[in-house]
Amino acid sequence: MMRAHSERRRMQIYGALLLLPAALLLGAFAYLPIVLTTVRSLFLPETASQPAEFVALENYAYLFDDPVFWKVARNNLIYALVTIPASIAIALAMALLVDSRMPGRGFVRMAYFTPTILPMIAAANIWMFFYAPEIGLFNGLLGWFGIDGPNWLGDPTFALPSVIVMTIWKEAGFFMIFYLAALQTIPPELREASALEGTGRWEHFRRVTFPLLMPTTLFVMINALINAVRVVDHLFILTKGGPNNATNLLLYYVYETAFSFFDRPYAAAITMMILVFLGLLAAVQFTVVDRRTHYQ
Amino acid sequence: MKRLDLETLGGWTLALVWLLPLLYAFWAAFHPEAYVARFDPLAPLTLENFRSAWEQAPFARYYLNTFLMVTGILGAQIVVCTLAGFAFARFPLPGKEILFMLVLLQLFVFPEVLIVENYTVASELGLIDSIPGIGLPYVASAFGIFLLRQTFKTVPRELEDAARIEGNGWMAVLLKVYVPLAWPTYLAYALVSVSHHWNNFLWPLIVTNSVETRPLTVGLAIFSAPETGVNWAIVSAATLLSIGPLLIAFLLFQRQFVQSFMRAGIR
Repeated sequence: MMRAHSERRRMQIYGALLLLPAALLLGAFAYLPIVLTTVRSLFLPETASQPAEFVALENYAYLFDDPVFWKVARNNLIYALVTIPASIAIALAMALLVDSRMPGRGFVRMAYFTPTILPMIAAANIWMFFYAPEIGLFNGLLGWFGIDGPNWLGDPTFALPSVIVMTIWKEAGFFMIFYLAALQTIPPELREASALEGTGRWEHFRRVTFPLLMPTTLFVMINALINAVRVVDHLFILTKGGPNNATNLLLYYVYETAFSFFDRPYAAAITMMILVFLGLLAAVQFTVVDRRTHYQ
Repeated sequence: MKRLDLETLGGWTLALVWLLPLLYAFWAAFHPEAYVARFDPLAPLTLENFRSAWEQAPFARYYLNTFLMVTGILGAQIVVCTLAGFAFARFPLPGKEILFMLVLLQLFVFPEVLIVENYTVASELGLIDSIPGIGLPYVASAFGIFLLRQTFKTVPRELEDAARIEGNGWMAVLLKVYVPLAWPTYLAYALVSVSHHWNNFLWPLIVTNSVETRPLTVGLAIFSAPETGVNWAIVSAATLLSIGPLLIAFLLFQRQFVQSFMRAGIR
């Protein structure tokens, strides 16, 4: 008995030591920054002559009155609400296409997946040319039909949609992979059974395939939501959040506030808003999605 | 049958649309600037754009920095995540479930969201403008820990017991039994990690401010800042230079890439 007890104790200590490097790093670059963000959001920025002053929730009060914050939050919401369903729908279509027996399937699959491998910065460089007003590809194409195309990225009406289109192109192929993986786990007998009963392909998709893909859809949706907050690289090339904040998104606003306007407490307050949102997302993932998804 | 043909046509059209940006980059990079928007099949081919791009920015240095960063991060991730994954898979720890949840939190609260305070921590540690500074926030990767824990859990206990009876210590058991069996997981993780960090931008942008540390993505973004008139041909060449190695790796190891991303999804 004693021996077993002390052996268990030794293993606990050993296990804790194994965890130590990860714990230290996560502490320094995840937990501590969360605490620092929370604390800093309650102060004013320090200046050369004055230390930071405690102002409780004043930054948050300012945030609620800040029209730019609301505009950015609204942009991010639109960005998410358009990019997510569109890229998921395209991803699903792509997966169904390359899951069927199609000539040149390998090539087509590769073509869909390629944008995933490219850095967002490099992709944005290329799209920048597509959107260029004078010589750009899109306006060149429109010119053939006698249409005078807009300045895609410079016009507040078209800027956000242009950024959105590029995002959909970048993400769809990545999500396709998860659908493809899920499709390959569906037993082909189900399709055969449907065929025997004379069920059409669309009907089969709607009643059998799509419901079976539900866990994947939820998983992809969570990933897409995270990406909608996380990925802002293309803004650095395409628009810098402009014109007049028309394409500014939450994380880019945090970056601008902290590193261009040097108001780190206010940036911390905006970060807190993002953290609350991500916390909710995590709660959904752990409670709802995990119960339905089973890992391999 | 007719429907199938329509599907093939649709699938191929979509594939070409998806490849179009890349195809265009190749067109622009290999032709003189006058042909950037004029698609003349007889346009002369040239490598001049690559030469200009190479001369206008220290790409050799950017390659070296990116290479050091990517391999450094991967090496450190493998060590740290292997140890942690082993602990979570095989050792009794008080509050293990909660600890594991705390690790998984990083899947949601990723370093990009915490850039402001990560910058504070990095500067307190004297890591600003250094390659370790770019990498350190990513080393304790929740995804890596999760992936290795899952893999280690599938290793039969009998193998471990046999190795223990032969008098091996825990480290020897880890290195002789667990690590070799997890080889496919390491490969998959390596591909995902390398492509992720090769492409990463926001944190490297913030933490670096000199040529000696800047990776390709940051160098490219500075290169193509449209302050002066943009020469699309040279920008395209620079873009291809930055994505070249990864693109070639992708074309060579397509299957492995796609499979590792698939594996990455099942987390």
